[in-house]
Amino acid sequence: MTRKQWLAWLLIGGPIAVFSIWALVDNPRLYVITLLNGLTLASLYFIVASGFTLVFGLMRNVNLAHGSLYLLGGYVAYVVSTSTGWWILAVAAGFAAAALAGLLIQVVILRHMQGQDLRQTMVTIGLSIVIADVLLWIFTGQVHQMESPAWLQGPIRDIPLIRAYSAYRLSLLGFGIGVGVFLWWLLARTRVGTMIRAGVDDRAMLAAAGVNVNLVFAITFALGAGLAGFGGVIGAVELSMVPGEDIRLLLASLIVVIVGGMGSVVGAALGAVILGLAETYGLAYAPTYSVVFTFVILILVLAFRPRGIMGRPA
Amino acid sequence: MSAAYWRRAMNTGASAARPVPTVPPADRAAATVVAPQPYAESDAPRWLQYLWRTLAPRHVFVGLGLLVVPFVATPFLLFQVVAQSLVLGLIALSLSFLAGYGGMVSLAQMTVAGIAGYAMAVLGTSSSAEISLGWSLWIAVPFAIAIAVVCATLIGWLSVRTEGIYTIMITLAIGVAFYYLVLQNYTLFNGFQGLRELKPPAAFGLVWRDPVPFYFMSLMWALAGYFLVRYIVRSPFGIALQGIRDNPRRMAALGFHVVAHRVAAYALAGLLAAVGGILLAWYNALMTPGSVGTGWMINILVIAVLGGVKHPIGAFLGALVFVLLQTFAIDVIDRERFNLVIGGVFLAIVLFSPDGLLGLWAKLRSRFGPNQTLTQPARRQP
Repeated sequence: MTRKQWLAWLLIGGPIAVFSIWALVDNPRLYVITLLNGLTLASLYFIVASGFTLVFGLMRNVNLAHGSLYLLGGYVAYVVSTSTGWWILAVAAGFAAAALAGLLIQVVILRHMQGQDLRQTMVTIGLSIVIADVLLWIFTGQVHQMESPAWLQGPIRDIPLIRAYSAYRLSLLGFGIGVGVFLWWLLARTRVGTMIRAGVDDRAMLAAAGVNVNLVFAITFALGAGLAGFGGVIGAVELSMVPGEDIRLLLASLIVVIVGGMGSVVGAALGAVILGLAETYGLAYAPTYSVVFTFVILILVLAFRPRGIMGRPA
Repeated sequence: MSAAYWRRAMNTGASAARPVPTVPPADRAAATVVAPQPYAESDAPRWLQYLWRTLAPRHVFVGLGLLVVPFVATPFLLFQVVAQSLVLGLIALSLSFLAGYGGMVSLAQMTVAGIAGYAMAVLGTSSSAEISLGWSLWIAVPFAIAIAVVCATLIGWLSVRTEGIYTIMITLAIGVAFYYLVLQNYTLFNGFQGLRELKPPAAFGLVWRDPVPFYFMSLMWALAGYFLVRYIVRSPFGIALQGIRDNPRRMAALGFHVVAHRVAAYALAGLLAAVGGILLAWYNALMTPGSVGTGWMINILVIAVLGGVKHPIGAFLGALVFVLLQTFAIDVIDRERFNLVIGGVFLAIVLFSPDGLLGLWAKLRSRFGPNQTLTQPARRQP
């Protein structure tokens, strides 16, 4: 490690270490609960943003309708869960609905403007306006909240230091890690994953090698959209479903991938952890200015690593 | 042939150049193709000659229309539709300048306008006496515009570190962050309630929020913005900016400072947006987080794209169509479904006519009219 890197670590890590020691001495319970809250929120962010970054990495396509797909997944899961009562079914339905919507967007619209980045982005903005309004039309502006499955209801008791913590909330951490492992397995160990990675590196060469690039694009877009829908389902229990959540999650995804680096799943995980922790610690210790922390992180990353922490030149 | 002689020959036009026997044949040919101009031989001042050369019937029509509108339209129509279009058009103009001539699509223009509006509300007077500093508006407004321009420059500096598609994401992130800041902060921005009762300054004994004075005030600033953009894009800076839009690497190789030009474009666009933001604050008479929210950030993009970003008039055209839709969509469908209509129109424009209404107009003209287009031929997106 060079001296410059040491300095960077010292400048970033120093204040965080000082703050952590102060907070642990001052009120250890608050500190640990906030840490757990931050990590669980980070898993939700990771699940949603990994789809976003996957789609961007392969297709250079900023899908600003990603938040709308999140909301769509959540609402569909809500309907399925209230009518059948099966949580697993609701998860599957939310994932499938968002994946199908994403597939339609890719095949019907985006495929015809390949290479026109700006136009694609504008189309997704238009789509997000339309989808948000249709969802508002159907589900009105009321707050919808999904029941968590019976085996995850209620708090876990008798944990040292923090006493009790919501079981469902803790399970988010598991979901996040699960999705991360699944993505690693998909990208590193399967044939489709190999194609996706090859496409990220050189799209034209992949097509020349005889791979049906359009099919790979469609699969990736469906997977990315499905991940947004899956995030919507598990977010529908922990947060709530109201119009406006789509923008919140879109913003979170944007910041996560800007901080972490576009197109990198590891970067998305890193960005999600940074954003989740910054947001919850900000809310717990300086409520009025919690947004400012997020913003400062964004500025610092852009100023020193314009392509994000794990980003590579496009 | 001396330079002085040549200049004189050019200035006096074709009639003076022809009888001189020493003009070589090539120069004579060049001199005789200068079209005979009315007023060319008269002593009319140069600005009149310039006007005669540039004015087309459509300019006269629009000018007369703008002058006649306040006396024929109802106050509701004048204030809610025409004046609002002018104000929104001015904010959209800043985006269309950035996007059309700089190649940078920034969603944060509404944020810059909002910063100007909030700064004026905080520095000037509003219903929240404990927040507002109560400065005279003659001082508060220039300060507010200056603050907004500084913020726009910072936003520009931050977003030009990235290119193309990244810009839209970073400006969106900045804009939404500002929205959450004003929503959650009560000490400076009064949170969800926002700052109310913002009034234009009293001058010349007029109530400037009445339809007719407000219309003329917004018209004046809209025209100023329009002609400023028209002037800038023909200036050396504007030409360099368009060069950077088309090929930044080549311009850098030619010795132009790419980043500085882009940041300067952001600052200039910030000035336009700030003036628009002040007018919008007076129009609404309040600043709330909703007025800088994602909805309005995207609406400004919708307006600019709807009209077309290839020419500054597109922003005002788009704003007029947008406001007409917003005002009269209630009669056709449910008021709640306005977003569906505007989203659908936006999608249709992006899908079928990427150059907006101006592109549509140019297409129609090239098919039916004489062979002269309002916009330049379509440019490939980077």
